[in-house]
Amino acid sequence: MISLLTFPKGGVHPPDAKAQTSELSIELMPVPDELEIILGQHIGAPCTPTVAKRGEIQEGEIIGEVKKGLGVPLHAPVAGKIKDLGMSVHPMRVSAPSITITVNHAAEPRQYQAGEWQANDPKELLARVHAAGIIGIGGAGFPTHVKLSPPPDNPIDTLLLNGAECEPYITSDHRQMLEHAAEIVEGAKIILRILGIKQCNIGIESNKPDAILAMTEAARAGSTAEYSLTVNALQVKYPQGSEKQLIQAITGRKVPAMALPSAVGVVVHNVSTARAIRDAVVFGKPLYEKVVTIAGKGIARPANLLVKVGTKIGDIVNYLGGLKPDLAKIIMGGPMMGFAVSSLDIPVTKTTSAILFLTEEEIDTTPHSPCIRCGWCLEACPMGLEPKEIAIYVEANRPEDTAQFGVFECFECGSCAYVCPAKRPLVQFVRLAKMKAKR
Amino acid sequence: MWTVVACLIPPLLLSVFVFGIQVLFITAVSVMSCVAVEAVSQKLLGRRVTVRDGSAVITGMLLAFVIPPGVSPLLPLLGAIMAIYIGKHILGGIGYNIFNPALLGRSFLLASFPVAMTSAWLPPLKNMAIFSYLGDSVNAVTTATPLAVMKEQGIAAFTELFGSGASLYGTFFLGWRPGCIGETSGFLLVLGGLYLLYRGYITWHIPVSVLGSIALLSWIFGGESYFSGDPLLAILSGGALLGAFYMANDYVTCPTNKISQLVYGVGIGILTVMIRLKGGYPEGICYAILLMNPLSPVLDGWFKPRRFAPPLGGGR
Repeated sequence: MISLLTFPKGGVHPPDAKAQTSELSIELMPVPDELEIILGQHIGAPCTPTVAKRGEIQEGEIIGEVKKGLGVPLHAPVAGKIKDLGMSVHPMRVSAPSITITVNHAAEPRQYQAGEWQANDPKELLARVHAAGIIGIGGAGFPTHVKLSPPPDNPIDTLLLNGAECEPYITSDHRQMLEHAAEIVEGAKIILRILGIKQCNIGIESNKPDAILAMTEAARAGSTAEYSLTVNALQVKYPQGSEKQLIQAITGRKVPAMALPSAVGVVVHNVSTARAIRDAVVFGKPLYEKVVTIAGKGIARPANLLVKVGTKIGDIVNYLGGLKPDLAKIIMGGPMMGFAVSSLDIPVTKTTSAILFLTEEEIDTTPHSPCIRCGWCLEACPMGLEPKEIAIYVEANRPEDTAQFGVFECFECGSCAYVCPAKRPLVQFVRLAKMKAKR
Repeated sequence: MWTVVACLIPPLLLSVFVFGIQVLFITAVSVMSCVAVEAVSQKLLGRRVTVRDGSAVITGMLLAFVIPPGVSPLLPLLGAIMAIYIGKHILGGIGYNIFNPALLGRSFLLASFPVAMTSAWLPPLKNMAIFSYLGDSVNAVTTATPLAVMKEQGIAAFTELFGSGASLYGTFFLGWRPGCIGETSGFLLVLGGLYLLYRGYITWHIPVSVLGSIALLSWIFGGESYFSGDPLLAILSGGALLGAFYMANDYVTCPTNKISQLVYGVGIGILTVMIRLKGGYPEGICYAILLMNPLSPVLDGWFKPRRFAPPLGGGR
């Protein structure tokens, strides 16, 4: 038995709740009649539409571009007609500008031709990644081409693929590693070529032994004299899939506070992003589809769905047979880091990895009470911060004084809120503090 | 919270066999007054009534545990008002109290009823005659606690009264000695403390630093000459075990960082031994904890948890 890698400080062990969907193959959801594509899908400047109202568009055509600043283009997931350039309900920003497409069901799905990449110039491969609108689809939504062009003064020696999928309920990466292992490995090799390095480590939590097996075989088959790929089994501990924690678990290196992984010679990508990169570089296929786990006891039929970006939650609910009456909360993302949504009109974005329909028995709705200073959040915090102090300062209307407790090093994993016996919404307090505090 | 209550029940039951059935009565009065005062305070202050969370029950039990077994039931009632209303809700309710409410209640009683609080001790019962202290006989049979005998009459009187050696440790460890209602049974207190440790509700830092420093300092300064004190007796004879496992590490009033917890625990140990040896009272852990309570936030300000990694170029 090989020993399992992990990060040493903090972390929690929530029930993984993945059994509901981990055995379900990825299923193609029929395209609904209408899609809403939010223009700000990534970190950076939002796209501006390049299409006009009532214009015809083809599948894969560019519909939005970033004129100035950080960003990637946006593509039409289907052929159809632009119905509106308006606003969509947004889970965090209340509303966000979007493009509404009326789907043309008569159009044939676009076929992409495989091309060569092994001998191409890395710069050209990088351009293909950018052109395909690839962003970090594991969650953060950072434009991938930027991560693939690290500053020249930080030499990179290792690529990490993140297959930890440590959030409870979510199985979309798990299923992709099982069903598309070779594609992920090919994507990893493309990244290695772009970065000009040899070593790739793929970290997977040990609660997915079938994925570890599939990926190990694919990595062995894919390893050549040029590219070396290794799979590392990780301990099941949340937040194992956090960038800094994953880097420490696999390489032993600590990314300094407020720095990027490139500071320690590492680039991290999610396994599903690697697959999207492969589709982009080999087939020239832009990123406009997403594997999303639909789970929880509040949905009639849980599933791992391949949906078009822009599909509304309501259409998914209808496809899966509707909601159960005891539904209490809908969460986009995982239960630890996701956010509750208040409307079924919210569309899936490139970074949506799960939509959870949770019933009263799956969540805790007890009202929160004052901090009793038990210190459990200090133990749970993988970054060594003081969540309780941040929360107390925010409650005392002094959010500007929370930088001393490391509020900007917090990546909002929610371990503190998970252990809090007073049920305090610590992550929400942190988010408030971040809005008000000065760096 | 209810786990802590469960851990406090065995020492209470043992106390019934050691001091008689009225112990149960005093504890019941204390718990019920605390719960009632909590409910009334929260109602009056317009807050959510949270008596179901068990914290008032714990305060009530701990308050009963730190008063002598032969007192009038009026005392725990007054102590409960002090502990819960003044000590907790006036300051903002649970989470906002600076001092341990139960100990605040006890110190109020000690200041207001000094005679009862320092003389209503009962000698341990023999033959399980738990009803013998009911009625008037209570006033007839007072005794003195081991620490008081040691302090006021010296080690010779102490040995004469309580014996010495292994049998002394044995009876003290099991709880057959005069003392406050819940402080006597070292064995059951430690057992409950270990269970709380095992369940992860408390950590070793405060109990070990409190007991370790009391033992060390009593060994150095507690005897006729230096390094001749009895560390084991120092831990078993007063309220040290109750204080170390159930009061010093009260979440709200103790520091949260592990290093500050160790400093805090040692501070309690030093103050306890100083009060016992040089102060006016035979037992000092109550005041030691109350004196260290307000330092908790200060200690947490001094000792910070270690961050994941410092920023580039050091400093923050």
